[in-house]
Amino acid sequence: MKRELLCISCPIGCSMEAEFDDNKILKLEGYQCKRGITYAEKEIFNPERMVTTTVRIEGGEIPLIPVKTESSVPKELALKVVQEASKITVKAPVKVGDVIIENILGTGVNLVATRNVKATCKAGV
Amino acid sequence: MKRFYDAVIIGAGPAGLAAALSLKRNGIEKILLVEREGYCGGVLTQCIHNGFGLHKFRKELTGPEYAERYIELVEKERIEILKKTIALDIIPLEEGLTLYLLSEEHGLPEVSARAVILAMGCRERNRGNLNIPGTRPEGIMTAGLAQKLVNIEGYMPGKEIVILGSGDIGLIMARRLTWEGARVKCVVELQPYPGGLMRNVVQCLNDFNIPLYLSHTVTRIMGNRRIEAVEISPTDETAGPKERGRFIESCDTLLLSVGLVPENELSLKAGVMLDPVTGGPVVDSNLMTSVPGIFACGNVLHVHDLVDYVSDEAERCGEKAALYIMGRLKKKREIPVRTGNMVRYVLPSRIDIAEPVHLSLRPIAPEENTHLLLKANGSVIYKKKYRKIMPGSMIRFEAKNIPEETESLEITFEGKTG
Ligand SMILES: Cc1cc2nc3c(=O)[nH]c(=O)nc-3n(C[C@H](O)[C@H](O)[C@H](O)COP(=O)(O)OP(=O)(O)OC[C@H]3O[C@@H](n4cnc5c(N)ncnc54)[C@H](O)[C@@H]3O)c2cc1C
Repeated sequence: MKRELLCISCPIGCSMEAEFDDNKILKLEGYQCKRGITYAEKEIFNPERMVTTTVRIEGGEIPLIPVKTESSVPKELALKVVQEASKITVKAPVKVGDVIIENILGTGVNLVATRNVKATCKAGV
Repeated sequence: MKRFYDAVIIGAGPAGLAAALSLKRNGIEKILLVEREGYCGGVLTQCIHNGFGLHKFRKELTGPEYAERYIELVEKERIEILKKTIALDIIPLEEGLTLYLLSEEHGLPEVSARAVILAMGCRERNRGNLNIPGTRPEGIMTAGLAQKLVNIEGYMPGKEIVILGSGDIGLIMARRLTWEGARVKCVVELQPYPGGLMRNVVQCLNDFNIPLYLSHTVTRIMGNRRIEAVEISPTDETAGPKERGRFIESCDTLLLSVGLVPENELSLKAGVMLDPVTGGPVVDSNLMTSVPGIFACGNVLHVHDLVDYVSDEAERCGEKAALYIMGRLKKKREIPVRTGNMVRYVLPSRIDIAEPVHLSLRPIAPEENTHLLLKANGSVIYKKKYRKIMPGSMIRFEAKNIPEETESLEITFEGKTG
């Protein structure tokens, strides 16, 4: 198999071309340092992404609370994480680091809050 | 009744928050932070993605997490904050600086301060600054406004999106809107290179097979009530948009991510002199503007790409403002710093060489394997190698040990021929 990759390990951004089979890279062209090889291996065989999105919150100063996966999750699950998060509503108060969804989609990674939202008595403020 | 403060800071974004903390740590007690929104943190509160704080905290934080670290400290220091309050005017008077505020809760308070720190951030360029021909339908907005709608208020701006400009805000929004179920048709960029970080091109566009048309621009907007399509044309450096290769893309929303401009209406009214290149105030080594007692830091001064650098600059600004308030700010001989080959601007543009000064600059165009040079009276006194420079990445360094007899300084990138 063949694939074009853009290395993001540094601002140079080498354009690479990789030839690979099911478990290893057979040929890699276009990289300028070792980080290009590590990046290509990871991107081809085990790509992961951090996911940041929002969850609805009730009784807080704002209607949404931002959240993130505590560490990266398999790339193909990123969209599903966003969809899971959109299904729930939490209640204020919430603090940075509070777990919003534990072990999301069985990844072993928690979805946590990234902002403090205090509870208010006035609705809609 | 007029209230008196040592320092009033306008804007409680990362710049204002860091400046307030720094004033406090440098011995200033009577501080007031004025913030237009109902919450602190500025534009970081809508930047829910990660990538902040690598320099400052050696950790990748999201925008809101970065902001919370400062908000918690400001609250702990019990610094007074007036939220939902806009600073309308600053008037330099004999006895100090008078500020007119408009506050949801307190009406029209009048306050007086010995020093004012401008930290109002920046705003985004909009269609008015671009002159795209065609109709004027709904569905055209800046990428930052879309970011605020989606991430803070929970509204989707549209279903079929075209983004003009490949700055980081536009790229980040391409991913965000895709995740939220919209179809991002393409990103169109006038320059032959992307405006944002490579990482964002890969993870926000390539991951979703969103095409990026470099050296293209939107040449016409179509639609009556709501935008229905845009015409996209390739450009050619000399002749502008070309006929060949022109195509129509249907969409219900056009996002503009075409640059930021420091927000300086208030500064102008106060009589602060602005720099036509940065769009922000002209400042000296102490980050003081042309009006004594008025300082500036963060995006109101010049547009930053890294919030970490905003916090650093604001801390230095707070330190200098504290010295000013205590009557201990030294001002010695100042000399100009000129811009040479490939340098768009350098800030401050005049410095006092008796002390080390942090200089910030931006290159005009991308370049690989070049050297940054600082020249004093024509001879090189500092040299640093860069594997790659980009107009989107601000460069910062400390200028020190400048020979006393120096009359002029120049910042330049080494030319291709040497
Ligand atoms: C839409 C957008 C997205 C961005 N995304 C990123 C990103 O992803 N990563 C990154 O590193 N940088 C990003 N930036 C750059 C970012 O702006 C800076 O890194 C940083 O937030 C600038 O801090 P600041 O405090 O100078 O300005 P801001 O964060 O803009 O804060 C200014 C504050 O001043 C208040 N204010 C303005 N005028 C008045 C007034 N007259 N009276 C009272 N209050 C006032 C505003 O409400 C605001 O809270 C983005 C910028 C924008 C505009």
